Amino acid sequence: MEKTAAAFSPHEDGASAGTVIDIRNLSLTFQTADAPVFALSGIDLQVERGEFVSFIGPSGCGKTTLMRVIADLEQPTEGQISVNGVTPREARLARAYGYVFQAPALYPWRTVQKNVSLPLEIMGLSAKEQRERVARYLDLVNLGGFEGKYPWQLSGGMQQRVSIARALSFEPELLLMDEPFGALDEITRDHLNEQLLRLWEKTQKTVIFVTHSIPEAVFLSSKIVVMSPRPGRIIDIIDCNLPRDRTLDIRESTEFLKIAHQVREGLRAGHSYDD
Amino acid sequence: MTIDAALPGEKTMFARAMDGRGLPLATVILVLLVLWYAGAVALNAPVLLDKYKRQNTDWTVTQLVDDSWSMDRPLLPAPHQIVVELKKSIFDRKITSKRSLVYHSWVTISSTLLGFLFGTVLGVVLAVGIVHVRALDRSLLPWVIASQTIPILAIAPMVIVVLGAVGLTGLVPKALISMYLCFFPVTIGMVKGLRSPDPMQMDLMRTYSASSWQVFWKLRWPSSVPFLFASLKVAVAISLVGAIVAELPTGASAGLGARLLVGSYYGQTIQIWAALVVASALAGTLVALMSMIEKIALRRMGVAA
Repeated sequence: MEKTAAAFSPHEDGASAGTVIDIRNLSLTFQTADAPVFALSGIDLQVERGEFVSFIGPSGCGKTTLMRVIADLEQPTEGQISVNGVTPREARLARAYGYVFQAPALYPWRTVQKNVSLPLEIMGLSAKEQRERVARYLDLVNLGGFEGKYPWQLSGGMQQRVSIARALSFEPELLLMDEPFGALDEITRDHLNEQLLRLWEKTQKTVIFVTHSIPEAVFLSSKIVVMSPRPGRIIDIIDCNLPRDRTLDIRESTEFLKIAHQVREGLRAGHSYDD
Repeated sequence: MTIDAALPGEKTMFARAMDGRGLPLATVILVLLVLWYAGAVALNAPVLLDKYKRQNTDWTVTQLVDDSWSMDRPLLPAPHQIVVELKKSIFDRKITSKRSLVYHSWVTISSTLLGFLFGTVLGVVLAVGIVHVRALDRSLLPWVIASQTIPILAIAPMVIVVLGAVGLTGLVPKALISMYLCFFPVTIGMVKGLRSPDPMQMDLMRTYSASSWQVFWKLRWPSSVPFLFASLKVAVAISLVGAIVAELPTGASAGLGARLLVGSYYGQTIQIWAALVVASALAGTLVALMSMIEKIALRRMGVAA
């Protein structure tokens, strides 16, 4: 397990040039009224440019919290973290990442067009540039022609695709996705997974993806980070080098099943001490 | 089954009225009218009986009922007397006449609308301050709430006197009293509205490292619109109340408040009731107007109709 992380990045002098995210011995404790909650404990993780990394684990294992730390939406209480070689705060101010939430979080008073151009408005792009970007990224998520619709006129899957287009529209190199398909039915989910994979192939972005579905993680990722709760920690990092042009059929292959088994074993190990 | 299926197409007018709100509404109004007429007899009868006794006239029940519905200064006027008074003072007089209710309504409406405008602006400004400045959140809200515990009737004369001393008379002092009442629901509603975006929508803005100015205009303000209109509907109605109350201590010669005051000086109950009916009709109209603007605004914002 640890050897994978070590192989990517020599511990002595920090991260290599291709490292997007470098986390060293990071912990986060929430102070609550009765007792402190150890949300994250001793996290070590390096993510290289162009990787697709999934965080998987049962609810409460801190996978979303870890991603929020990367996004500077939570502050760690201990340890170091750098994103693109700078602090998460500086990375956020430099608009280094696009974040896709569990829910589409579209603004209901804005049309699809206006929702996708929201970050572009904030970042001050010209109206012409905004229109071009919106058209380009709506096409990319197969939603060309829906510009004038309001969110309530779209299905859940379509809404989530709009939110992905919104995260891509300002062309960040890093994409943080927090269970983006968790609320969708399995058929839609499979379809979007395949689309996301094509997107990753096309755009060469670095993706961090939080999920609690083993098949989803194995299908999408180049690296799977298995986490366990109380305290939230990494128990295993599994490499997953299925060919980039894989399709959903690969889920029946022995290689796929082998990796899925490995992930399941890891999750079980994390739970063995549990009540 | 077939009979059931055929029925909806063959509904009579009466059945359709039963379905709608028409019949219940008509029933309620009818019951109220009956109670009102009965009440008028009950309340006015003692005065009449006393009169009959002093004049030693014989009386019948029909006569008593007739008389109690047609007195000059009844305790409770009958509805038709109010209708006659309304017709007389709205349609039969020139609208510039001091005895025209249209004239008095206009005087009241103008200070209502000015006060409503002041109150809305003040309410929104306070809410924006409370939401954005932590110190204001802690210090201002208790004062805002305390301000509403002072009876408006107690504070209105002082406002008029103080402003009169500095040379402010007429419309503005009345509008300020209106404002005093109506900024409150706007502040409370807008504080809630500006805080209504969910954490995810707020986090999204944070990931774009948006300025607070951008968060305000692109997220907080549009989210607060439904709350704003709910507040405005309450505010517009009570700003009318404020305007009427403001007309009482001034000894104002114009406005619905003045009309009520004069009516009570001279025991003109019919006149009072007519002014009351006009005041409530105005309030209803103002609220309906706000609902209409709300519908248009929300439709423009793409809310599912």
